[in-house]
This record gives sequence, structure tokens and C-alpha cells, in this order.
Amino acid sequence: MPKVTYIEFNGTEHNVKVEKGLSIMEGAVQNNIPGIDADCGGSCACATCHVYVDDDWMDKLPEQSDAEKDMLDFAFETTANSRLGCQIFLDEELDGIAVSLPEKQG
Amino acid sequence: MIKTDAVIIGAGPVGLFTVFELGILGLNAHVIDNLDKVGGQCIELYPDKPIYDIPALPICTGESLTNNLLEQIKPFKTEFYLNQRVNTIKKNNQNWIVETSDNIVFETPNVIIAGGVGSFEPRKPPIAGIENFENSNLFYSVKNKNNFSNQTVCIFGGGDSALDWAVELSKIAKKIILVHRREEFRATQHTVDQMMNLKKSGKIELYTNCQPKDFIGEQKIETVLIENNKKEAIELKVDSVLAFFGLKMELGPIVNWGLNLDNKTIIVDTCNFETNEKGIFAVGDICSYPGKLKLILCGFHEAALAAQECFKRAKPDERYVFRFTTSSSDIHKRLGIK
Repeated sequence: MPKVTYIEFNGTEHNVKVEKGLSIMEGAVQNNIPGIDADCGGSCACATCHVYVDDDWMDKLPEQSDAEKDMLDFAFETTANSRLGCQIFLDEELDGIAVSLPEKQG
Repeated sequence: MIKTDAVIIGAGPVGLFTVFELGILGLNAHVIDNLDKVGGQCIELYPDKPIYDIPALPICTGESLTNNLLEQIKPFKTEFYLNQRVNTIKKNNQNWIVETSDNIVFETPNVIIAGGVGSFEPRKPPIAGIENFENSNLFYSVKNKNNFSNQTVCIFGGGDSALDWAVELSKIAKKIILVHRREEFRATQHTVDQMMNLKKSGKIELYTNCQPKDFIGEQKIETVLIENNKKEAIELKVDSVLAFFGLKMELGPIVNWGLNLDNKTIIVDTCNFETNEKGIFAVGDICSYPGKLKLILCGFHEAALAAQECFKRAKPDERYVFRFTTSSSDIHKRLGIK
């Protein structure tokens, strides 16, 4: 199973294993990691699973869809590393990925 | 004061089906929602997205589901109170007094909270002390456009609301400054073209790849500080600010009603979906119990069970008889079937 490191805004790290095929958002929700709200449940419709992907992993990610770019307009403090957790699905390629969580979701 | 058998908070699919379940038991309901339309998340967030797990509907969309539910509850002539939220719920003997933000007051034995993940509220820029400006010259919607005449108006956002108002207000304002996070706009192409033309003619000053950093002023915002992708700050003198960052969902005043909560959900008894307060129920995504699944179909089941208890409270002297819609003449009468 791919490993994911979630880093809360206060610096607390969570290292968890997430089943292949699940999203970064689902991995956080299933492991009760604070800082990801996921209000819409993964429909790419709310921007409350905003994460900052670690630099080392940026070029391994799939392209952003227009829908994701649109939703990221609603996320605050976006940077070039901003993605929606519900749109990144985990596989071997992403084993070990690290994401930081923003101060707040929306 | 409006007296009714039940007040339903939330006009999403589960709130609407609750109207049906109460209706076939002969109970009338009034529905309150903070959005300007019925349908809840289904309409606000994903009207076009296909839903595949509504029983006996192999595929539907948020919009078609909402329309079908409205058709289903048509016989009950339900009254909706939109654009307002419930601020307070107070006990009055066996009943509850429910007051909305538009000062509409209900007295009812049953309050059913079908509030999803809470009410939709405007999303605010992450700037400290922003509340201080909300009563002066910072707005999240336009109530009266004439308030902006001859002003320098700074508009944030890249969707339809932001661009529609940029175009519209450019007719009466002194200057429109439009600020957006990236180059592309979500608004319809026609509006984007209109805005770009106004930019060319100098009516709109456009800053893309920029985000708000600070709002500066004493009583009101005098200067808006924005920052571009290269972390360069830009200072803008403004008379008023309109921020269109969409909506987010918040539990809102519900947290003050004395209900047992678990994170952002309300704990219920699965026999009747009653909360720790007699006569206050929670159904759909907002309720919580062991094994809860946030599915529309689960909300429908929860509504059916809650309605039985509502009947007992609304009509304590009548005997409850379980009936099927296929055979009950009473239900047929209520549905207007001859």
C-alpha cells in the first residue's frame, strides 16, 4: 500500500498507509487526519481538501483538470503546489508522497 | 407566528423527502433554507453530476433528483422560506419556537434538521480583522447596486458573480478593479469577452495571478494590498470591496441549540432519529450514529422513521396506523389521487 505523509499546519506529521486507488483526501479522512474537511465528499465541488504537495512529487502528479483549477479558486492561500486531495489518486508511483495542509480549509 | 406540524431545516433531497413522509401521514411542514433555491448541495455543488445510487433510478443528476422530489411533494403545497437560516430554537412547553434570520417565527412540535454539512455561507478572504469592515464597505453580495455609483470598486473572483458584477457595475462606478488568482476565468465566455472589452476601453482595471494580502483602513477599507505570483505587492486605493470566493458550508447557529454533537454532526437515536432534545430530529448527512453512511438513500430512510415519531408528537390523541401507499385510501386522498 502506498505510504503518505500528511503534515498539519502546526507541523504534526502523520505517516499512514493508504490503499491503492484511494485519493489523498480519502486517505486523510479514513485516518482521521485533522485539517482536511472534504465537505462535498470527493466530487471536486468544494475545495475543502486543499493540500500543498511537496516539491519532490509535483512532476509525478497527473495534470490538473479544468474542474480542479476552477475549484482551487475557492481555496485560500493557494501556491504553485496547491492541489485538491480528492483529485490525486494513490498508486506505486506516488508511494511516499508528502503533502502539507493549509492553516484552514476555506 | 406560523403554527405547523413540522419545520424542516434544509431543502436538500432529504429535507424534501421528509416533506413527503410527513405529508402521507397527514402532517404539514414548512421548509427553511439559507440558499436562494431548493435542492441543497445537489443543486449548489453538482447539479450536472450523475448520481448512480438512488434506488430504482439507475442514473440521475442533482438537478433531476431535486425536480423529481419537488414533483413528488407537489400534492402537499409546501411553503419554502429561502435565503434565510434558522437563528434560534426555543422550548415552549411541548413545542418549539423557531425563528429565522428574516424574523419569521414558527411554533411546532417537530423540528427536523436536514442540514447536510451546514448552511452555505460566503467564503471570506483569509485576512485578519476582516469582520470589522463587513458593516462598512466590504460585501459578499450586491444588495443595491446604486450604492456603488461613482465609486472605485475592487472585485475579487473569477466566476460568474465576480464578472457579472464587474460588467454591470462598470456602467455606474467610477472604476472597477478586478482581481483574480489566475489567467483563466470560470465565468461564461460571453461575460469574459464583455469584461475584456471593458478592460480595453479602460473601464475595468484587471489584475490576474494576484491574491488579496491585506485590507487597510480605520473604519472602512481604504487600501487593498494584493500580491502577484512573484510575491510583489500592489497597493490599490478603493471605495468598496466585493469578494466573490464562492460559498462554504458551516454548521452555523445549530451549535448553540444544546444538541449533542460529534464533530460537525448531530447525534441521534436510530429508532426515530431524534436528538437529545425531544421533538428535534436530525436526518441526512448532518446526523450521526454508529454505522452512519452519508448517502442520500440513507437520508430517505431516516426521514421515514423520523416522520413516525413526528406524527405521535403532532397528533398525540390519534392512533398511528402503519399504511402502504399502494392501498391506503387516506394516503391516496392526501396525494390527490381519486
